[in-house]
Amino acid sequence: MPETRQTRATQTAQDVTSGGPATEAALVAEHLGKRFGSRVAFDDVSFQVGYGEVFGFLGPNGAGKTTTVRTLGTLLAPTSGSATVAGIPLSAGNGQAIRSRISIMPESPGLYLRLTVAENLECFARLYRLPDPRERIERALRAVTLTDRANDLCRSLSKGLRQRVALARALLNDPAVLFLDEPTSGLDPVASREVHELITALRDRGVTIFLTTHRLEEAERLCHRVAILNTTMRLVGSPDELRAQLFKESLEVRLRAQLADPGSVLGGVPGVESWEAKPPSSYLLTVPDPDAAAPGVARALVHAGADILSITQSRHSLEDVYLELVDEDVEAKRR
Amino acid sequence: MSFSWDRVGAILQKELRDYRRNRFVIASMATLPLIFVIVPVVQLLLLKVSAGSPKFDTRIGLSLLYMLIIPAIVPATLAAYSVVGEREQGTLEPILITPIRREEFLIGKALAILVPTLGIAYLVFGIFLGVVALFAQPGVESAVFEGSHLLVQLLFTPLLAGWSIWVGIAISARSADVRAAQQLGTLASLPPLGIVALMSFNVLTPTLGLALGLAAALLLLDVLGWRAVAAMFDRERLIAGVRP
Repeated sequence: MPETRQTRATQTAQDVTSGGPATEAALVAEHLGKRFGSRVAFDDVSFQVGYGEVFGFLGPNGAGKTTTVRTLGTLLAPTSGSATVAGIPLSAGNGQAIRSRISIMPESPGLYLRLTVAENLECFARLYRLPDPRERIERALRAVTLTDRANDLCRSLSKGLRQRVALARALLNDPAVLFLDEPTSGLDPVASREVHELITALRDRGVTIFLTTHRLEEAERLCHRVAILNTTMRLVGSPDELRAQLFKESLEVRLRAQLADPGSVLGGVPGVESWEAKPPSSYLLTVPDPDAAAPGVARALVHAGADILSITQSRHSLEDVYLELVDEDVEAKRR
Repeated sequence: MSFSWDRVGAILQKELRDYRRNRFVIASMATLPLIFVIVPVVQLLLLKVSAGSPKFDTRIGLSLLYMLIIPAIVPATLAAYSVVGEREQGTLEPILITPIRREEFLIGKALAILVPTLGIAYLVFGIFLGVVALFAQPGVESAVFEGSHLLVQLLFTPLLAGWSIWVGIAISARSADVRAAQQLGTLASLPPLGIVALMSFNVLTPTLGLALGLAAALLLLDVLGWRAVAAMFDRERLIAGVRP
């Protein structure tokens, strides 16, 4: 599936006006920026997204996530930098070609509430000038399991169902890149889980997805790689890579009672760089290689007569990474 | 990519479906023409002034003017809602994300307003003529059915509607509030009626040449209106509310 999309996008790129080589990536941004007068929406944003990849775009409110999506979707013109979307260089002349190759599901579903689900999709199928629109509509409805609601007026649907219709609409043109802007915003946990399952199914089909969210567990569960944006790009990588960049590996040791002299016990263990006590009776050890250090730590503790309850590799969440970066920005602004 | 009538058709069909299920649109499209047909019909049925007198001409002109208010007023509300309304209900962004060109979007919107407006305006005028033919005094009937009056009605109905539509859409594309857009749109749709009023009241003698000349001027205004609307329809301004 990704190969097919890539080939098609490359062909499209050859048809467009401003030329430039088609890229191997579905999405490339190079020092991209957008200002509204003196206000910077986002600046110096660079990343690449491969075909078939689910790329998470994280950031606090007002970080510029939606503006970035709108810029890549040709709704807004960048004020600096360059980008290639679905193999097509981002430029005013290529707007229509790019928009025919991508889909954006905005945060608000934006459905015509007095029209039925099928009528909403029919309108958009015609706007994309899709061949065999009925088959496309049925396929999109099947993908979001809404076939039995095709003739319902959209105003009769719950918020979660409306979000699914919006997702079906975004799938109609079989996009080379699918932008999902806060797809679970305002949804209850059950509806959110349903949307997650749909995104997982799309990921498994090889659809390239650019997912903006500030739900970190969502990004961790769904995305191959994530980028953290706070007006400027802070980090890009897989969740594991981001953790490794920001936090050293560590072991958390839980004992029945405090060590009398932890410095003498833990300080000399090979592979332990430093340690800190976590009251009442736990210790966090910084280690370059947890697997190599753990046996030595256990031996030293036994030798010191400690009762070990557990030794676990301490795993920082994506939330830790995110908060660390956002806190850094807050501190930097204060200074 | 070239201009696509299929995309225009998609917008047209969507709009007509939406109007059909919108009670406010149905009510305003039905009520306004009803008012504008009842008043002139009653006026003409009660008219007992001898033909050729200035008062007679004024009454006939006033009655026909009512008919021309319909194509000016009916589309104003819909046109003023067309862009800002979509923006308010969050449907504009999904539309603008598709490959649709602004010309396709605007023509689709305009046709969706023009088609029912012309239908209503000509239907109401037909009812008006029917009632006059059946129930009015012979002198009144012959004055109403005078060729130049009919020509003014037939010719100016689409042209006035066109002006009203483009002015309304232009205001809508620049407004942040539906109500303000609708009030402004209604006001802005009225000025061309002044010329028509002068002809209806026989202040300007409605010769064929004059009617055609004014129609050509109104057509030119319509074209300029279309050009202006197309130029001011800016995706960035509509989405972000500002233009760098």
